[in-house]
Amino acid sequence: MSETLLSVQDLTVAFGRGPERNVAVKGLSYDLRKGETLAIVGESGSGKSVSSMALLGLLPPRSACIESGRAMFRDRDLLTLPEADKRALRGDAITMIFQEPMTSLTPVLRIGLQLTEALVEHKAMSQREAEARAREMLRLVGLDQPERRMRQFPHELSGGMRQRVMIAMAMAADPAILIADEPTTALDVTVQAQILNLMRGLKDQFSTSIILITHDMGVVAEMADRVVVMNRGRKVEEGPVSTLFTAPKEAYTRRLLDAVPRLGAYAAAAEPRRVVEAPAPVGDTLVRARGMSKTFSSGGFLFGRGGATTRAMQDVGFELKAGETLALVGESGSGKSTTGRAVLRLMELDAGEVEVDGVDVRNLSSSGLRKARRRMQMIFQDPFASLNPRMSVGKLVAEPMTIHGIASGSELDGRVEELFRRVGLEADHIRRYPHEFSGGQRQRIAIARALGVGPKLIVADEPTSALDVSVQAQVLELMLELQQSLGLAYLFISHDMAVVEEVSHRVAVMRQGRIVEIGTRQAVLNAPAHAYTRALLAAVPVPDPARERQVLPELDVGTLPMGALAEVAPGHMAAQ
Amino acid sequence: MTTETLDPRSADADAPVAASARRKPRSFLAALLRSPSGLIGLVIVGLLVVCALTAPVIAPHDPLRMAAGPRLQPPTWDYWMGTDDFGRDVLSRILYGAQLTLQIGVIAVGISLTCGLLLGLVAGYSSGWTERVLMRLVDVLFSFTEIVIALACLAIFGVGLTNAMIAIGIASIPFYARVTHSVVLVEKGKPYFEAATAAGAGHLRLIFVHLLPNVVPTLIVVGTLGVSTAVLAAAGLSFLGLGAQPPEPEWGFMLSASRDLISRAPWMMIFPGLAIAVTVLGFNLLGDGVREALDPRQRQR
Repeated sequence: MSETLLSVQDLTVAFGRGPERNVAVKGLSYDLRKGETLAIVGESGSGKSVSSMALLGLLPPRSACIESGRAMFRDRDLLTLPEADKRALRGDAITMIFQEPMTSLTPVLRIGLQLTEALVEHKAMSQREAEARAREMLRLVGLDQPERRMRQFPHELSGGMRQRVMIAMAMAADPAILIADEPTTALDVTVQAQILNLMRGLKDQFSTSIILITHDMGVVAEMADRVVVMNRGRKVEEGPVSTLFTAPKEAYTRRLLDAVPRLGAYAAAAEPRRVVEAPAPVGDTLVRARGMSKTFSSGGFLFGRGGATTRAMQDVGFELKAGETLALVGESGSGKSTTGRAVLRLMELDAGEVEVDGVDVRNLSSSGLRKARRRMQMIFQDPFASLNPRMSVGKLVAEPMTIHGIASGSELDGRVEELFRRVGLEADHIRRYPHEFSGGQRQRIAIARALGVGPKLIVADEPTSALDVSVQAQVLELMLELQQSLGLAYLFISHDMAVVEEVSHRVAVMRQGRIVEIGTRQAVLNAPAHAYTRALLAAVPVPDPARERQVLPELDVGTLPMGALAEVAPGHMAAQ
Repeated sequence: MTTETLDPRSADADAPVAASARRKPRSFLAALLRSPSGLIGLVIVGLLVVCALTAPVIAPHDPLRMAAGPRLQPPTWDYWMGTDDFGRDVLSRILYGAQLTLQIGVIAVGISLTCGLLLGLVAGYSSGWTERVLMRLVDVLFSFTEIVIALACLAIFGVGLTNAMIAIGIASIPFYARVTHSVVLVEKGKPYFEAATAAGAGHLRLIFVHLLPNVVPTLIVVGTLGVSTAVLAAAGLSFLGLGAQPPEPEWGFMLSASRDLISRAPWMMIFPGLAIAVTVLGFNLLGDGVREALDPRQRQR
């Protein structure tokens, strides 16, 4: 066993003081050894980020209070160090990578300056030496043309490139400890795979110890040597990654692992798992979309329509049957949300046809459209933002029924209560406001709201990606149950391949505004025909530490077939 | 939140029971009283209202009666704030002046807030040509100083305190329209608005049920702050002789009248000046307090 580098003992952090205080971390202890990656996992509010912020003295100074504990690093207690000494450690012996690469680089300073700043300050390098080191680091993190990158501003780089710059900054000082707080959560899955690869390589090269804070069990399995599981501020379990995944000791850890969707778990089944006795069968075609195209242009100055244009959707078409789920998967900017909105005509198309339940949605008058919306409802990604904060949840659930004149008075109240129970909420809570509920409960409210008018189609835009895994499993279960008992059709928009595999009948993969592959779930996920689909699938982190880490397929973006769809097998089409 | 609940969101992972539902947020008034600026602002504004309402009772003298005492009398026990060059009691004039000041605030802000809200709401909601035309028009008006627009209005309506209030109200419409427009754009971009559209809500429901309640709190804050601007502007117009006319006990006009006597009777200038300053401070503090109290994140602390 190698030497202990950092030893955290009995750390307790609270927000506020007195009896109303909110204890975020309670009696946390762990050791970090030299050269190891320690993952701290937990769901939102588990205290995993707060505990690491406390080490660096980065907690909000007045509201947060470190009530007890020690964090011994090089024979000194980090928690009681004077501010000046802490600052000397930050960015030198201990560095940090944050979740949001978009906002953690200063937008007004050139990359080069941001990279060299800490080196000049902490390592007493001259500007010239620091620049040479910065260029070397940029090359190490896999950015081409380091000279040019040094002169660029953050907004000129993509999210993945920015996270590479953040890593270069963090590693340039050759730190003893790197704290990575959800380093890949904001990134697309293919970029995530590259960044994780990069971090593994750098760790071996520099023998840095990494504290990896994450909620993603897949990332843990791929990266960690040891794992600390946290729940509600306390350490639940600690152990080597292989033991933890194969033989978790605590019930909470087991529940957490069980809730994680695993790609391949449903590979053998032709349909989503049955959750009711007699599920409604897949029926006739409900949605028929053909040749949908949309170009966004950023507005000109006064009246003009000049400015840049983005082709959000090109020639997108598909069919969806009653009682069926079609998943639209793709990375950010692939046009999957645009497609969902276009079907509901929340956005006007440039070209194409959309037919829902025999009605041509694009040619409806505005009053006809409002009536047609009774048949098609939407569930949004962020259940907090999609519920009007100033309306009680009872009113929110009642609203669509009021709009469409389905019920009023006591009948309406009765139906609202019934809907609450239907989605697993208590009817007593109808007078409360959205902020009084947890994320999962809010999403249930949003589902109840959509169900009230008896829709045939529900467009679900990333309905579970803002939720913790255990909550996600419950919401997915509810959605499956509702589909099978009510015969709903879902257009399920997601970036998570494992979730898609669990809920969908058919899958459409989108890239740069086009569908590049579409077919039954088994065809697309088990025998992908398009190179991009294969790359997406290979990039998904697998929550199994025993699995050999695969070499990522090189994706040659220039030669990817992006043309018209052609049949590769019956009902399975791919772009040529 | 109790010590047991470590974080509101984690209180229950997702038990169908709303066990995490926290107790109702404190009332708006309680939240307002908790912030120091809100409390002080409320006290000052409250005092102003009390003065205005009870002026006929508590004022020691008739504000308009000349030679109520000796002319240019420095402050004494009989005339706490002295007398002016006509022998009128300055304290009584200031107490009665509070009525005018409140009227100015309410009428001017009422006009600009209502019209600005309507304009901004229509422009922000409609988008497209209506929005462009309306907002460019507002921009053109916004490029003039408010006082210039107010002067132009007074040139049309004629001089007088009531006309000055209306003029000030009209002059600040572009400001409120701009603020409303930007708030509407922000709210319109939030998913709940799209969710309401997707649910099939019509124009009226979208505007009055969804947008308006989310726009109004911001405008209440802006409006409270706007009262102090209006009071200052009215004092300015009166100082120029375009607002209050003699013998109205308007503070700005009292200031202007004291101009020539500044060395002989400084109390004639100091007390109305102080009254204006304290009132403006009061409304500014109240505005800050209201902003904090309306922000749910601040209220949960």
